[in-house]
Order: sequence, then C-alpha cells, then structure tokens
Amino acid sequence: MTGPAILLLLAGLGAIAWVSARARAMRLQNVARASGRRDAMHSLPGYHGWYVALWTLVPAGLFLAVWANIAPGLITQEVLSSPAAQSLPADDFSRFAILGEARAIATGMQAGAFNPLSQGLVEPYAQAIGKYGFAGAALALVLAFAGGAYAFTRVRPDFRARTRVERLVMATLLIASLLAIITTLGIVASLLWESFRFFTMVSPVDFLFGAKWSPQSAALGYGNDDAFGAVPLFWGTIFIGAIIAMAVAIPLGLMSAIYLTQYASSTVRKWMKPTLEMLAGVPTVVYGYFAALTIAPALRDFAVKIGIHGASSESALAAGLVMGVMIIPFVSSMADDSIAAVPQSMRDGSLAMGATTSETIRRVLIPAALPGVVGGVLLAVSRAIGETMIVVMAAGLAANLTLNPFASVTTVTTQIVQLLTGDQEFDSAKTLAAFALGLVLFIVTLLLNIVALRVVKKYREAYE
Amino acid sequence: MTAERLPTDWKSDAMRRRIARRYASERRFKAAGLLAVALSAAFLAFLLFNMLGNGLRGFTRTEIAVKVDFPASPLLLDPNAITDQALANANLPMVTGAVVKKALGADAEEWVSPTAWIVLRDAIKADPKILSQTVTLKLPAATAIDLAAKNKGSPEAEAAMARLDKAGLLTTGVNWGFLTASDGTDPTQVGIWGAFKGSLLTMLVTLALSFPVGVATAVYLEEYARKNWLTDIIEVSINNLAAVPSIIFGLLGLSIFLNFLHLPRSAALVGGMTLALMTMPVIVIAGRNAIKSVPPSIRDAALGIGASRVQVVFHHVLPLALPGILTGTIIGMARALGETAPLLMIGMRAFIATPPGGITDPATVLPVQIFLWSDEVSKGFVEKTSAAIIVLLVFLLAMNGIAIYLRNKFERRW
Repeated sequence: MTGPAILLLLAGLGAIAWVSARARAMRLQNVARASGRRDAMHSLPGYHGWYVALWTLVPAGLFLAVWANIAPGLITQEVLSSPAAQSLPADDFSRFAILGEARAIATGMQAGAFNPLSQGLVEPYAQAIGKYGFAGAALALVLAFAGGAYAFTRVRPDFRARTRVERLVMATLLIASLLAIITTLGIVASLLWESFRFFTMVSPVDFLFGAKWSPQSAALGYGNDDAFGAVPLFWGTIFIGAIIAMAVAIPLGLMSAIYLTQYASSTVRKWMKPTLEMLAGVPTVVYGYFAALTIAPALRDFAVKIGIHGASSESALAAGLVMGVMIIPFVSSMADDSIAAVPQSMRDGSLAMGATTSETIRRVLIPAALPGVVGGVLLAVSRAIGETMIVVMAAGLAANLTLNPFASVTTVTTQIVQLLTGDQEFDSAKTLAAFALGLVLFIVTLLLNIVALRVVKKYREAYE
Repeated sequence: MTAERLPTDWKSDAMRRRIARRYASERRFKAAGLLAVALSAAFLAFLLFNMLGNGLRGFTRTEIAVKVDFPASPLLLDPNAITDQALANANLPMVTGAVVKKALGADAEEWVSPTAWIVLRDAIKADPKILSQTVTLKLPAATAIDLAAKNKGSPEAEAAMARLDKAGLLTTGVNWGFLTASDGTDPTQVGIWGAFKGSLLTMLVTLALSFPVGVATAVYLEEYARKNWLTDIIEVSINNLAAVPSIIFGLLGLSIFLNFLHLPRSAALVGGMTLALMTMPVIVIAGRNAIKSVPPSIRDAALGIGASRVQVVFHHVLPLALPGILTGTIIGMARALGETAPLLMIGMRAFIATPPGGITDPATVLPVQIFLWSDEVSKGFVEKTSAAIIVLLVFLLAMNGIAIYLRNKFERRW
C-alpha cells in the first residue's frame, strides 16, 4: 500500500471516529437531559469526538513516522540476503550504486537498468518493498483501530474528554515554541562543530590575526596556514559596513527623523515616512545589482577623473554607499522612537526659555535621546555587517588591507558565499573556513545586539 | 557691590545680529533635515526609475518581418498531415535559416533569434493552408539586433539594424516568452516562469511551516507560559533569531538539512525550510503584539461564562488577533520572497532550464535568478535582469499593499 493511500485511509478513519464518538456522546447527553440532569456530561460531545479521533490518529501516525525511517534499512537487508544479491561486488560504493538503481526501477522512478546486475535485483526489491509496505500499513491500521476502540469505550457522561484534548493542545503549543530553541542550538552546534574541524587544520591565532587571505592557493595544495588570515576580511567588513555605510546612514537617517518628527506637516509626514520605509523593503539583491551596474562604474570614472590610483570597478565605496541607503530607514525609525520618548516637559522648558526649535533639538532632545540613538546605530551596524548580497555583487573578492575607498575590498559574508558555492568537498579547510567566518559573524552580531538592547532598555527606564 | 544689571537692549545692533544669526542657523538646520529626506527619497526614485528604464525593454522584443515563401522553401510537410511529430521531424530551425537567408540576404541568418523557428511552427499549426502560400511572419530578432534597435549595439549590428529599419521590416512586439519560459543561455529566449514557480513552491513550504509554528509559539508565550527559566530561554532565542544575519541560516541549512539529513540539494523543500526558520521569529513577534492588543476584558468575560483557557484563546482571542497576525505574516513572507543569500548556500544557484515539478525538484527562485543573470556577460541580460527585478518588486509591493489594507480594514481601537 502506498504512502498517500494509507494517510488518506487514516484520515478517513479519524473522521469516522470523530463522527461516531460525537454521536454517542450526544445520545448520552440526551439521555442525561431527559432524566433532568443538565450537568451530567462533563464535556461537550465535540470534545469526545476529538478525543477518540486523536487516539485513532496519533499512535498510528507516530508509528508510520518511525516506520518510514526504519523500513528502507530492513528492505535493503532483505534484498541483500536474497540469492540474487550473492553476485554483487564486494566494495560498498558499487554495491550501493547497483542497489540504488534496482530500487529506482522497482519503484518506477527509472525505466531500464544500466547495470545488468541491478536488473536481477529488481524483483527481490519489489517483493521486499511490497512486503514491508503491507506490514507497515497493516500495523498502522491495527494501531488506529486499537486506539480508537480503547478511546471509544471511555465515552461516558463523567469522562473528562475536554481536559485530555486540551492537554494535548497545550503540549503541541509548547513543542512549537521549543523549535526556536532547537533552531538556535542547531545554528550554534553546526557553526561550532564545523569551526572546530577547521581549527584542527588551521590555528585560531593565524585565522584571527593573520594578514594574508588566499584560500584558493591552499585548496590547490601549495598554500600554507598563512592563507587563512582573516584580518583583511574583518577590515573590509568594518570599512564597508561600519564606516562608509554609517557615514551615509547616520546623518541622513537622523536628520530625516528629526525633520519628519519636528518640522514636517502631518501630510508630509504621512507620505514621506512610508516612502522612506520602502527603502528597507527593497530586496538586497536589487540594491546589489544597482550598486554593481550603476553606482560602481560611475564612482570609478569619477575616481579616474580626479586622479586616484587603484580605482576599481568593484569599490568599497559603491557597496558602502548603497548599503548606507538601505540602512537609512532603520536608523531613522530608531531615532524617531528615542526622540519621541524624551518627555515633553523637557522640550517645553527649552522652548519657554527662548531657544529656537533647532537649538532645542541640538542641545536638549538629542543629548537626552543619545543612548537610544547609539543603540539604534549599533543595531544598524550589526545589520550592515551581516548583509550579504550587496557586497557579493559590488565589493569584489580581492582581500586588500587598504584605506582607499575606491579600491576593492572583500568582506566576511562575500567570502562565505565564495567559499561555499562551487565544489562541495566537506573536508577541505577551504569550505570549513566559511563556517569559522560564520561563527565570528554570529558572535559579533549577537554581542552588538545584546549591547544595543541593553543600552536602549536602560535609557528607557531612565525616563519612566 | 555688584553693578546693577540692565535689561537686555533687544534693539541694539549686537542683539539684532545675534538673533539674525540664530534664525539663520535655524533655517539651515531645517533645510538640512529637508535635504536628508529629499536625498533619501531621490535615491529611491532614482533606483526605481533606473530599473523601470532598463527593465521595461525586457518585456518587449524586436521583430523582423520576413516574407516566407513556403512552396519554395526546403520544407517537406504534407499540409493534410500536420502533427507534432511531423513538425518535430521537419527540421524547422534549418528551414527558418534558409527562409531568412532567401528573404534578407546571405548574412541575415544570424539576425534572427535561435528560437525564431517556433513562430514558423505555430503559424503552420494554426493554419496548415499557408504551406502553399507566401506569407509575412514576424520573427524575433537576435540579441545583437535587439540591442541595436533598443539601445546601442555593436557597429555591425547597428548597420544591419539600420538596413532593416530602412526597409520598414522592424517592429516591436510584446515578449510573452519572458513570462512563460525558464532560464536559458540566449537572452532572447530566457524567461522567469521557472524561477517564479520555484519562488511559489518555496514560499508555500515556508508558509506551511512557519505560520502554524509561529502562531502556536506566540499563543503559548503570550497566553499560557509561566514565567520560568524555560520561557526566558525561548524568548531570548526568538529575539536572537530575529537578529541573526540571513546568511547564517544558509550555513545552518547547508550543514543540517543537506549534509546531516541528506535532503535534496537546490530543492524548494530545503529552501522553504531554511526561510521558514528565518520567518518564524517575525511571525512570533507580530503574533505576540496582536494577541497582546486584545483587551483582557474579552478573556475575563469568556472565562466568566465558563469557557476553558483553551476555549478562551481559540474561540475569542485568536479570531480577534488574526488580522494583526496575518499582517505580520505577509510582511515576513515578503522578506522571505526577496531573500537571496541563504538560498545560495543550499545550492539554489544552479542553472535550471526547466520549471520544477514539485518541492523536491531542483529549483531556483526569483532573487537568485536576478543574481545569476546579473553575472552574465552578454549585454542582452541587463534588461532581462531589470525586468525580473520589476516583477519581483511588483510582487513585494502587492504583498505589502495587502498587509496595509488588512491592517487598515481590521484594526480595532478597543
């Protein structure tokens, strides 16, 4: 019996269980009501229906999930013990290739065999698949019937079906919320494990403090540990994400927030705020394309015109500028929030003393809102250094330690993409280096976020 | 003894100058703010116009009117027995080349697109009688001619284009192939259908996984969770996940889903699972805010007439919070739709020329397709990339529009 058919059958059984248990509970309820006892049933008939349906479905479903994982192993064993399998080659690789082909033919995924040996295995395979498929389906049905029958006998007026059903609902909710922890653990575990494997090949000191990065040569076999010095990457990331992008985003974002909250009429504010927020909604691949196609060539031509050497068409400036624009709404909404949190009495006091609006903003509002703004900027930095597509498309691959914004630099995220696309040998230091870079990125963004949230929180408390 | 302080003489020159200076600085500050807003908006407008300017040309194609004399062509087809098989055997690409050569000159064969024979096939299929006639068909031009006609091409292409244009043979038609074809090697024959279908399947997987889990988590944390260490850990994890760079999720997908669980590479299934992990925290945070905004009096009233705690939530709180949850979900899905980096990590950057048939087939998605086309050397891909960007932006705009509409329509002030 095939998978979808058995699932459909189970669903049908569940529906029957729900309907019949509910009908039985209703009859009991009517009997109780007829005898004048309105409170005789503890739970509504629907809950009895759900209780029986769940008992029908959950054990059988769990069994099928387990079975789907162990059945392929059992089938392979069965096939290997068949007489036709005696002539298979001894080495695992070709044996599994033949087995895989036979399985594909037996399940109808492939029409004919390339290897004559696998043709002989098709028949045993089809038999084994049929046998275990039937056994699994039969066991699941037995479980469904047993579960349903057990639960059905418990449908009585004083049975607390609702409590049981609700307990299962609560358990499901709890399991769903545990997924967040599992994801976090998964990230930490995979990053730590692959980085650990990387650091058995390359020393962490060389990785964190080495100034030469050229993983290609290491992969070709004539490199040494020095090729994995990540300092140029860290510098490129900071240069683009924390210096150039912030030089664009902080003034523009802060001034936009000030203008829109303090000066603009409500109509302007109503239209301009969503417009600016659109900047954050544009996909990063679009920004990357724009930076690479329009901004970068223009900047290179400009640099050549004013006579700067080493101008590249993949410049740090192009990537940083566009990234800064992307971050503007982020900085501006954080600044907006923290300026709005400054008590009105402080502004009124300043205005009453005769200060102009701009003097009030510069001398009172911004100093008071500074911790919030700083927190927002830290969050923006963490967003910028984790940004991938803009730098992949516009910043280039040359690992330079340079202060020239027109030169090409590379970043941590660019290198992660570069190292992991292409060949996928999972034991080379080249691919594992990407996980070590990922770990550094994860730790740094996490720390930035923790510090930023703490700063913002502390400051909010100061005015409450 | 201190000197008696005189009242400030506001009319004195010094004070006038000082006030003028302060007002000037006020005006400068205000102008700076206006400039910041204007610069940001101008950048957005420049970006959008740039994409529109480049991209709208991607939806059109240049067509060359070619006189096709079927009886004189090397085509061997019986007008009474036109089947797909017969058309496939007729070597139409060769016939098309010969026809174009005859009509436009010896060097004209490379002026039409490699897919021009499809026009011939469709014309014959639509009306087999034309096989005994001479008709004028509009064949799509090759990339070089297309570029020359739309923008600026190589000198040879410009010369050929000028000749064709003079003869009045060039027209512009809608490139329907861009919406129905998939990735290819020649810019005149590529389309976004394959990537679009891949995006659709990926988004379905993402929604099916992240929405139930996200809503369940939000309900648990907001309505049932006791304040203990487990709840604290869950909350910290969710807030962290919302701030983790997207590429880290790609690394997770690569090492857990692909290398550990051995799920199929490049498939919409794995892409959807990876994006679901990213989208879930967004839905949880939006869901919690929506649930929080349902007033406690609703819960108290329901409890007061005997509802259980589960009934209170599922019968009363969730229906009232649903518009808010949906708004958050759509915004999260829009973000996932534009996401590229994690999908590159799990191998979705492969060249895939057929649309995926299911969630386990190799697929690509719209943003990745844009990234792949942007790397192409051929100049014809520039307008295709921008056209794909327009399609992506239209979808994002539509999703955000729906979210805003939902919020405005169903938002309640309690």
